[in-house]
Amino acid sequence: MGSTQLPPGTEESLAATTALAAAPGEPTEMVQLLGPDGALGSDPIFSDYAKRIDPEKLRVFYTDMARIRRFDQEATALQRQGELALWVPLTGQEAAQIGSGHASQPQDYIFPTYREHGVALVRNVDLAELLKQFRGVSNGGWDPRENNFHLYTLVLAAQTLHAVGYAMGIQRDQKSAAATESSDPKAAVIAYFGDGASSEGDVHESMVFAASYNAPVVFFCQNNHWAISVPTEVQTKVPLANRAKGYGFPGIRVDGNDVIAVHAVTEWALEHAREGRGPVLIEAYTYRVGAHTTADDPTKYRESAEEAAWREKDPLDRLEKYLRAEGLADEAFFEQVKADGDELAKYVRSTTHGLEVPDIRDAFASVYAEQHPLIAEELAWFEEYSAGFESDQEAAN
Amino acid sequence: MATMTIAKAINEGLRATLTDNPKSLLMGEDIGHLGGVYRVTDGLIKEFGDDRVLDTPLAESGIVGTAIGLALRGYSPVCEIQFDGFVYPAFNQITTQLAKIHARSLGKLTVPVVIRIPYGGGIGSIEHHSESPEALFAHTAGLRIITPSNAHDAYWMIQKAVECQDPVIFFEPKRRYWLKGEVDVQNPGLSEDPFKAHVVREGSDATIVAYGPLVPVALAAANAAVEDGRSVEVIDLRSISPVDFDTVEASVKKTGRLIVAHEAPTFGGIGGEIAARISERAFLHLEAPVIRVGGFHMPYPVAKVEEDYLPDIDKILEALDRSLAY
Repeated sequence: MGSTQLPPGTEESLAATTALAAAPGEPTEMVQLLGPDGALGSDPIFSDYAKRIDPEKLRVFYTDMARIRRFDQEATALQRQGELALWVPLTGQEAAQIGSGHASQPQDYIFPTYREHGVALVRNVDLAELLKQFRGVSNGGWDPRENNFHLYTLVLAAQTLHAVGYAMGIQRDQKSAAATESSDPKAAVIAYFGDGASSEGDVHESMVFAASYNAPVVFFCQNNHWAISVPTEVQTKVPLANRAKGYGFPGIRVDGNDVIAVHAVTEWALEHAREGRGPVLIEAYTYRVGAHTTADDPTKYRESAEEAAWREKDPLDRLEKYLRAEGLADEAFFEQVKADGDELAKYVRSTTHGLEVPDIRDAFASVYAEQHPLIAEELAWFEEYSAGFESDQEAAN
Repeated sequence: MATMTIAKAINEGLRATLTDNPKSLLMGEDIGHLGGVYRVTDGLIKEFGDDRVLDTPLAESGIVGTAIGLALRGYSPVCEIQFDGFVYPAFNQITTQLAKIHARSLGKLTVPVVIRIPYGGGIGSIEHHSESPEALFAHTAGLRIITPSNAHDAYWMIQKAVECQDPVIFFEPKRRYWLKGEVDVQNPGLSEDPFKAHVVREGSDATIVAYGPLVPVALAAANAAVEDGRSVEVIDLRSISPVDFDTVEASVKKTGRLIVAHEAPTFGGIGGEIAARISERAFLHLEAPVIRVGGFHMPYPVAKVEEDYLPDIDKILEALDRSLAY
């Protein structure tokens, strides 16, 4: 393939990226800065990005990872107690989510799938709002425009196309902004999806569109190794990051349990996108330590030894080791983090109990943005029908 | 007043939209430099540039999915699906995403995407180029579906579709693309509301409801019935979702008989829905059961026999005879 077939800058980007596989099928190099032993390594490109993370920021990373894990435990407990219909645990994926979420800027727009509770936390979405969907009182309680964090999308990969379209909109806005010399900061989009969803046609189409239009989008694939019960090997025979090569943009595999590397790589990718150099695919290599959902039973399809091996690579443990070894956090800090987590759990539990059951009349109101005769007719019928019960009640009294 | 074909009227309507609404843009396969396989978007890329008129990759789900993203960013995309039978790869994006985002966000988000689809048969084409899939979309809440039958409506309805804050599927009667008509580009008149049905011929003995490509056929059948001394009213439905049942009901209360004609198969079709609703609303005014004229329960047949499949003047007259025999 001649270099003239690639978008401008792609060759340089590819060359500058350390973690690209030489050929399809060959094992991909993985960017890792903080190893499971808590020792900080280096990378010719991404160490510079890691240096931007000051100790205070590192403590925030740890706090957020611990809080979201505690939240996850509480939500799982709420499901077990019948307070939620279902829960989708994220335990094991904290670094991938907290690291990438913190790399985004407020003007960036995020399209999550349905397990990105950690990203939601970083984007200041009220976590109790997330639970509405799983309690069956809403299909998405928050206003996506407030925090530029879209609603969860349950039809796998559908949101990757929305992300590319949104990024194409940003491109047009920035063109008009340049014409008016506006000082609005440049923006990009992150599309989250998983190794299972990577098999969906929409992921392919989204990458084709993103490449064709050089859209400012970062595809963030959390390869957590299991699509419910099906291992990644069934979805792909090559490392997922390698697929980017086929579309002509950079693909990077990063240790998804290393919050420092995830943050560094995502920051690089977002800058790449914001500066108009086109899309990037990040494969965050991680592991879903828990079940797919609370309705799932991983003992039926995988070995506990595998889970144990991944627990050794725990994202929180390694950052704790580093913070302690470098003297960046003391015992009081970790105690405070635990107390904050319990406080969050308490808040979420009490708020969940208080979540109001909506009136079906609200559902009639939001089917269409504009007046619709069938909606009006059916609502009128429902009102009359309901009133019939009320008058029966009155007659009985 | 200007005389133009339906294809030209849509082209002019899109030109007016692109001129008036800086957030509007067109996207689809071959719609730019080629001007679309039916030349409906002819010349627009030259006038508005490739940021506003996009020749997209060949991927229907990609077209609709990215249009949703553009709409979430505040744009008003108008997508073209090249042929009716090629909309299915986008079916998931249309039904699970486009139709539901407003409801899912409790009304906070709007996705004003328009999807243009040339539809229907009678053009002697090959497989997948002659279908009428409107009922599949009408069954999905959150979508609006409209279809013009004449140039004036085509010019105004496409503009109204883009203005609408709900997603709109705009079915274009492809065998009538070259049908000429008068267009008043200054004044929409009755076309102002694209969701209202129009009585296009008044009558007193029976009502024929049709839409899109069959409106001229229904009018011809009504004219032929005059020879038998029958006065037949014809309604151009214009909107398939919502259906303007008030206009149909008023007509049936006057005539007492109703025939619904569409190219789509009758089973599970719009005609069945109209028959059911009108039976509920005007039961005591009906002199005969509502009769449907439509396609058979089979894949759209090969071109050489499509005349046997499509509703035509004779099939509508036969239905009229059956209705009047009660």
